Amino acid sequence: AFQINLTVLLDCLNIFGGTTTPGVSTALRMCYRGYGFPLTLFLEEGGVVTVCKINTQEPEEPIDFEFCSTNVTNKVILQSESLKEAFSELDMTSEVLQITMSPSQPYFRLSTFGNAGNAHYDYSKDSDMMELFKCTETQTNRYKVSLLKPSTKALALSCKVSVRTDNRGFLSLQYLVRNDDGQICFVEYYCCPDEEVEEN
Amino acid sequence: MHCIVTGGNVKVLAKAVHSLSRIGDELYVEPQEDGLALRSVNSSRSAYACFLFAPLFFSRCRLHSVQSVFRSLTTLEKTVEKCHIDLDKQKDRLTFTLHCKHGLLKTHNLSFQDSESLQAVFDKDSYANVFRAQPRLLVDTVVHFPPSLEEVTVSVSDERMWVRNHVEEEAEASKAMLTELCLASDEFDHFAAQAHNSVTFCLKELRGLLVFAESTGLPVSMYLDEPGSPVVLSVTDSVLEGNFVLATLSDDPSLRKNSTHKTAPPPPDDFMNDDMDSFLIAMDTSIAPGPSNTGPPPPSLSDDTQEEETDDLDRLPNKKVCLRFLRKDGGVLTVLSKNTPYVCRVASEQTTETSGTKACTLKQIFN
Repeated sequence: AFQINLTVLLDCLNIFGGTTTPGVSTALRMCYRGYGFPLTLFLEEGGVVTVCKINTQEPEEPIDFEFCSTNVTNKVILQSESLKEAFSELDMTSEVLQITMSPSQPYFRLSTFGNAGNAHYDYSKDSDMMELFKCTETQTNRYKVSLLKPSTKALALSCKVSVRTDNRGFLSLQYLVRNDDGQICFVEYYCCPDEEVEEN
Repeated sequence: MHCIVTGGNVKVLAKAVHSLSRIGDELYVEPQEDGLALRSVNSSRSAYACFLFAPLFFSRCRLHSVQSVFRSLTTLEKTVEKCHIDLDKQKDRLTFTLHCKHGLLKTHNLSFQDSESLQAVFDKDSYANVFRAQPRLLVDTVVHFPPSLEEVTVSVSDERMWVRNHVEEEAEASKAMLTELCLASDEFDHFAAQAHNSVTFCLKELRGLLVFAESTGLPVSMYLDEPGSPVVLSVTDSVLEGNFVLATLSDDPSLRKNSTHKTAPPPPDDFMNDDMDSFLIAMDTSIAPGPSNTGPPPPSLSDDTQEEETDDLDRLPNKKVCLRFLRKDGGVLTVLSKNTPYVCRVASEQTTETSGTKACTLKQIFN
């Protein structure tokens, strides 16, 4: 395992320019020969090949959220379209986003508490946007909006999202992204709850 | 209080809220016997707007918050099926519940505070001048003015309405651009000018109403009285009535100061009836006279233009481009605006000088 600077990696990936021209794609090949060697990127676009060598660093231990599927208490899978709308309208004056998942009303609720008042977005379990609904107990958890904000980029690219919470209230967001070739990839976010909310 | 708005009316309600938010920061909500009134006033109390929705109580909450409930008009149109508005006086809470497609329910609980009634006192039926026009006419008129323009002056006569930007007396002559439009009475659905008044009011606040009117397609009625009396603009249909009341300058200095633009009462102009071909255009350059000094531009042109014929326009500091339309019979029409060829005024002076460097027909220029 190794570690590299993310900004440098992004700069290399964008070496042919950031904007995508329709019909033009960039090919990437990543190579790593082992400890002590740089990460080599071969990028090709329109017949032009660029080679980038990024120096590696000793990796830091990533945080282990210890989120495992056996401890998952509530899970829903939604079509991203409806969540995109909710996230774009979220009250930015609220510091937290509260997620309530329950086998009974309101089923799946996103709440904000801003300067003017609070707002709730309720998704019914019978909604045609709800692809999967498996909630075993009523849970309400709050997460810092600033921590969740980066996930909206993945949300924008995705077509489906799975929202899971475990017995500690830790949140797992999994985004299914389908690229132009039809290939599927997943982006996963973990977030710990802001505070314990004992509520029914 | 509890009321329900359904279908396309939710968007109308949203647009009304957006429109009110351009006036002030707070929304006054008041149920009355004849409906629910949403009002707003600006901080200097010089602009007031009220939308009355047919079929309550007293509260006031931050307009910005209410506006955020209806933030995205395009999404609203596609997804919202019903909107419930509830007031809970015990908890000081105003609740908007939007029932959307796909089983999504959005609930916004806004806090509010009790306040005294907000009601502007005006009697538009007693006003001397009443006009009604399709919103497109007014939108097309205001588009000629820069968004930053604060105040506009509207003058009326029996057959015409003039709209021009209001320029402060202290404004630098070299930087002032005067734009004036003339609307004929037949462009209006209704035109009744009993008193030839001229009023100056803030354009910015009017734009909020125009956006609403244009999107709902409702004609705009305009009630004008003397300077100092507010100008009232309203839109009505079977389920709503919106009134925008804007304060006007009580002593209109533009009436006194600018003899160059004097148009009240305007000379009997036959410009509208003239065939454009009967005009020649001369393009002149000149040192711009200030509104308060020397006098109408054309006489000074004759003095200066000889020297500046070949000069580059940009080099001299106080250049003003002036297009002169010379009627073949000797009268003069002068366009003062640089970039809107539809704008013109009838010059009061009569001169037959053609001290221009170029001449071409009107049609060539307008192509």
